[in-house]
Amino acid sequence: MDFNDQQIERYSRHIILSEVGVEGQQKLLDAKVLVIGTGGLGAPATIFLAAAGVGTIGLVDADKVDLSNLQRQIIHQTKDVGKLKVISGKETINEMNPDVNVITYDTFANASNILDIIKDQDYDFIIDGTDNFSAKFLINDACVLAKKPFSHAGIIRFNGQLTTYIPDNNTPCYRCIFKEAPPEGAVPTCSQAGVLGVMGGVIGTLQATEAIKYILGIGENLAGYLLTYDAITMEFRKIKIKHNAKCSVCGNDPTIKELIDTDYKPPVCGI
Amino acid sequence: MKIKMNGEEKQLEKEVNILELLVTQKVQMPEMVSVELNGEIVDRDDFEKTLIKENDVIELLYFMGGGGFGF
Repeated sequence: MDFNDQQIERYSRHIILSEVGVEGQQKLLDAKVLVIGTGGLGAPATIFLAAAGVGTIGLVDADKVDLSNLQRQIIHQTKDVGKLKVISGKETINEMNPDVNVITYDTFANASNILDIIKDQDYDFIIDGTDNFSAKFLINDACVLAKKPFSHAGIIRFNGQLTTYIPDNNTPCYRCIFKEAPPEGAVPTCSQAGVLGVMGGVIGTLQATEAIKYILGIGENLAGYLLTYDAITMEFRKIKIKHNAKCSVCGNDPTIKELIDTDYKPPVCGI
Repeated sequence: MKIKMNGEEKQLEKEVNILELLVTQKVQMPEMVSVELNGEIVDRDDFEKTLIKENDVIELLYFMGGGGFGF
């Protein structure tokens, strides 16, 4: 544990917490978190992970920054429009905290590459910051198969939710709650969708909180719970969820034993 | 008949199955909902044959994407 004066000052509000201290801050600096999707959820999650001094952050995204992203994706700025999101994210982090080593993956996660990306740095925790169901099931299945903890989250309109999967803990996975993606026709069209910009900030920051707590080994994670947030009624609810013995990836007799591209169809709806 | 749905008490006029409950409670996109009944996730194929009883606790859990597109 060899902090320089600047680091002691930078992380002083962490170090002063008895639950974190110098040892906890060192754990954060030694930790590796992978953020898949650097958009509404991933951007705020990444900002706080970087500020907290998580030493290695992997960013996965093939998208470029669009003007319509800036209403909520706070890691990108107006000057970044047209730039790869992972590059824009890396630049923002580098300017904010030179302690963070940012690894960029200029690709969308798919069944062929996701396990390699997770193994690339042997990430400690994964954050699902994606915006479509096939990616969410892919991340879930990959993390279950690779035995990696991850935070699932979703946001829409004025609502958000998240849960945390911890391997070997009888924790329900995303597929325990949602067996499979809804039928294509059920998904609303682009024009019907929408999201209040702050929803990603609230929920993405909670995802970062889950990652930081997991790394520090403090408190209770949202394993076995789905936390929902309704910004209209300003209500949080913590719903207990049981592991599903019939789950097709983490149940007693799983049918998903490897990742196959055709099982994770990309969304049909463009931006 | 009294039930608790998403934390709120509701009165149902008669016994219904889960599919009927989703209709009477005006759930707009039933395909986007996963149902937890008394702590257990109910398989979608069992919605029709699963009857809601007095004092049941139901959670309607919604699929949520990222708001960017699709959902």
